[in-house]
Amino acid sequence: MNANAQTPPAALDPQPGGPGRRAAHTAAPAAGPADPAAAPAAGPAALQAASVSNLNVRFGAAHVLKDVTMAVPAGTVVGLVGESGSGKSTLGKTLVGINKPSSGEVLIAGEDFTKMRGRRRQQMRREVQYIPQDPYSSLSPRRTTGQTLAEALDPHGANPVEHRKAIAAALERVKLDPSAAEKYPHQFSGGQRQRIAIARALMLEPKLVIADEITSALDVSVQADIIRLLQGMRSTVDSAMLFISHNLAVVQQVCDEVVVMFQGRIVEQGPIESVYRDPQHDYTKKLLSSVPGSPGFSLD
Amino acid sequence: MMSRLRSREFWTPAMITGAALLAALILIAVIAPLTMTQAAEQLTPNAALGPSAEHWLGTDDFGRDLLARALVATRLTLLMTAGAAAVSVVSGVVIGLAIWLSGRRVREVALRILETAVAYPSLIFALVIAAVLEPGVSSAVIAIGIAGIPGFARITANLASSVSSSEYVVTARLLGVSPVRIAARHMLPNMAEPLLILSATVFALSLVEISALSFIGLGVQSPQYDFGRLLNDSLGALYTQPVEAVGPSVMIALTGLSVMLIGDALAAHADPRAKRSFFRRVLQRNRTITVPAGDTALVRAENLRISIPGGPQLVKGITLAINPGEVVALVGESGSGKSLTAMAIAGLPSEDLAVEADLLRVGEMNMLAAPDQSRLARDISIVYQDPGTTFNPSLRMGSQLTEVLRTHLGLGGTKARKAIIDALTSVNITEPAHRLRQHPHELSGGMRQRAMIAASIVTSPKLIVADEPTTALDVTVQAEVLRQFRRIHREQGTAMLFISHDLAVVEALCDTILVMKSGEIVERLTSAQLAARDVHHPYTKALLAAIPTLELGPVPATAGVATP
Repeated sequence: MNANAQTPPAALDPQPGGPGRRAAHTAAPAAGPADPAAAPAAGPAALQAASVSNLNVRFGAAHVLKDVTMAVPAGTVVGLVGESGSGKSTLGKTLVGINKPSSGEVLIAGEDFTKMRGRRRQQMRREVQYIPQDPYSSLSPRRTTGQTLAEALDPHGANPVEHRKAIAAALERVKLDPSAAEKYPHQFSGGQRQRIAIARALMLEPKLVIADEITSALDVSVQADIIRLLQGMRSTVDSAMLFISHNLAVVQQVCDEVVVMFQGRIVEQGPIESVYRDPQHDYTKKLLSSVPGSPGFSLD
Repeated sequence: MMSRLRSREFWTPAMITGAALLAALILIAVIAPLTMTQAAEQLTPNAALGPSAEHWLGTDDFGRDLLARALVATRLTLLMTAGAAAVSVVSGVVIGLAIWLSGRRVREVALRILETAVAYPSLIFALVIAAVLEPGVSSAVIAIGIAGIPGFARITANLASSVSSSEYVVTARLLGVSPVRIAARHMLPNMAEPLLILSATVFALSLVEISALSFIGLGVQSPQYDFGRLLNDSLGALYTQPVEAVGPSVMIALTGLSVMLIGDALAAHADPRAKRSFFRRVLQRNRTITVPAGDTALVRAENLRISIPGGPQLVKGITLAINPGEVVALVGESGSGKSLTAMAIAGLPSEDLAVEADLLRVGEMNMLAAPDQSRLARDISIVYQDPGTTFNPSLRMGSQLTEVLRTHLGLGGTKARKAIIDALTSVNITEPAHRLRQHPHELSGGMRQRAMIAASIVTSPKLIVADEPTTALDVTVQAEVLRQFRRIHREQGTAMLFISHDLAVVEALCDTILVMKSGEIVERLTSAQLAARDVHHPYTKALLAAIPTLELGPVPATAGVATP
C-alpha cells in the first residue's frame, strides 16, 4: 500500500469538493479527463437510462448514501463495485424504488419517478427491473416458470397460456427450452433459476435492469455460463444494466463502465479500461490488487 | 398434492393411525345418528344399569344406552368443532394477511392489539362471549371460533412476515402486482403447509374448549348433546356410576389424538429434518493407531467413502495425505464432496452420514473411532465459511474465543485472555482487549473471521481445517485473511487443509491442490504445476477457464512495486 501514497492526490480530484463530486465535475467537459466517455453524467437526459444526482439516503441515523451522482447511459452495462456496507445495494434498491431517497434526484429515462403517484408511478416502476442475488429465493416455489414470467407481463391476469409466445421467446433468450415454462423452480439448478430470473427482468424490455450480485451465489462454472449469456445478449437486448458485484474480474467481463463505491460515496467512475489500467483512488487500487491472480496480488 | 398422497413416505405409521382413526370417527358420525338414535334417546325403564352384554357402557338415569349416546354425539361434536375451527382459521388467515398487507403504521398497531388478545386465555374469552349470547349450539361455535381468531391471526401474520420479505414477493411487488393478488398468488400457497398443520392444532383445541363449554353448561343444551354435555350428565353419577364418564372421555381423547397424529405427520413430512433417522454410525474401538515408522504424514486417508445410509455414495473412495507443515487444498464445486471429506478428516462428519475408510488418521488419532474430545480440540482447529454464524450472537467474544483454552487446555481465565489477546493482535485486530468484551454483531465480517482464525491458532494445533474461509468476505478482506493464513503457516508451520471453489485463491496459498468432482479426486497438482497451468484433466481445465481473471494490460506503474 506504500506505493499508493506516492500518487499525487490532485490526480483524483483536481477541483475541491471531495471525491464524491467526481461525476459532478466531469459533467463540465473542460474539467473531465481526456476521454469524453469518462463523463457519464454529461449526456442529455434522454440518453440516460437512469441517473441520480446528489442522492442521499439515510436509514435513521445511518447516512448510507452520501451525495451520490452517477448515470447509466442507455444500452450500456455499468458495474457498481465496492465492499459490503459501501452502499452499492442501497443505490440499486433506491433506483428500483425499494428505498426512498432522503434528498437528491433519481431519474429514470429523464423522469423523476420518486415524485410520481398512483398509476403513473406503477407504470414508471416497470421501467426498472431488479434481479436479486439468490436464485433459490427469487422464484416462488409454488408457481411454474410460465406463471412467473406471465406475471411480469401482466401482473393482473398472469395467465401463461395467453402469453405463451412471449414466454417461449423470453426463455429462448436466456437459452432455456420452452418446455421450462411448465416446470417448477425446484426442478431447475441454481444457474437455470438465475436464467429464469434474468428472463423475468427482461420480459418488459425495461429501461434499466438492476442485477444485484447475480453471480455471487453460483459455482464458478455456472457463473461463467451466466457471464457468457450476458455477453451474448448485448446485441439483442436494449435495456441498460447496473451490474452490482464485488468481483472486479466479473465486472470487467460484463460491463462497459465501472463505478467504485466506498463508505457511501462514489470514489471513482469511468470506462472499465481506464479505471482498471490507471486507478486513481487508493481504494480502487487496493480493490484491484486484492483480486487473487491479479498482477498486484501477493500474500507477503 | 395428489402425487404426494400416493407417495410412500407420506404414509408413516402415525399418519396411517391418525387417518384411520379420523375416518372411523367420521363414519361413526354419519352412521350412528341414523341407526342408534332410538337406543340413545328413547326413555326406558332400564335406568342406571352397569355395563352388560346388552349395554356395553350401561345406561343412564333415564335408561338410555350410554355407548349409543356417546357415538351419536360424535356427529354434533365434530360438526361444532369443525365449525369453530373453520371460523378461527378462515378469519385468522384473512386478518393475519390483511395486517401484513396494510401500511406499516396500521400493521404495528394491529400486531400490538393481537398480542394483547393472544395473551388473554382464549377459553375465558369464549366464556364471556358465550355468556353474553344465548347458550346453544351456534353460540358455542361462534364463541370458540372467535376466541381462536387472535392466535391464528398472529401465527398467520408471523408466517406472512417471513414470506413477504422473500425475494419473490419483493419482485412481484416491483412488477406492480396488487397486494391482494400477492397474497393469493404468492403468500398463501407458500404458507399453506404450515397453516394446514396448525389448523389440526386449532381443531384439537376447539374440541377441548367446546367440550369444556358444554360441560359447564354454557354450550349445548338438553335435549341436544355432545361429548361435553354427556360429561356434564355423568357428573351427577360420578361416584355411583363412574363408567358413565368413560364414553365421552374416550371419544374426546380419540378425536383429539387422531387430529394431532395427522398434524404431526404432516409437520414431519413438511420438514424432512424433523424426521428422526435411526442410523447409528459404527465407530471403531481403537482411539489411537500406531503409525508405521516410515510414515511421516500428519494426516492419512485411504479409500475414504462417505455415503447416505442406504443411499448414494457422496465421497467415492479418496486417498490423500497431508505432511506436517503442508498446505493442501481441496478444490471443487458444490456437491463435489470437498466439505464432507474435510469434516470427516476433522472428526466432525454429519451425524446421518456413513463414513468408512481403510485408514483415516490425524497424527495417531483414529478418526473412525470416537476421538478424544479434548485431544481433538487441541490438535485440530476449524475455520468455517460464514463468520456471521460461527459465533453465538448472545455471548461476548471473550468467552467464546477462550472456551477451548479454558475447557481443554485447563488455562485460567486470565491466562486464556492473555493468550487470545496475543493471538488477536497477531491477526491485526485493533484493541483486542476491548473486542473481547464486545458481542459478535459489533464486529465486521472480516474482523470476526480473523478472530476465528486467532482462536484457531491459540491451541497451537497440528492441523487447521478451513472450509471456504474467505468465500463470504469482501475481496480486500479476503486478501487480508489469506495473508494471515500464509503468515501462520510461515511462523508456526501448521499443516492446513484448505477448502475452496476458487483455484486462484488456493494457487496463492497452497502447496498441493487436489481437484474434486462428484466425490472423487480427479487431479493432484503442485502449486508450481498450477501456476504453470500444467493441468491435464478436462474438469480442471474447465474450472481454470471458468475463473474470471483480471486483464489489466500494461501494469500501472503504481502496482509495480508490489510485484516481486
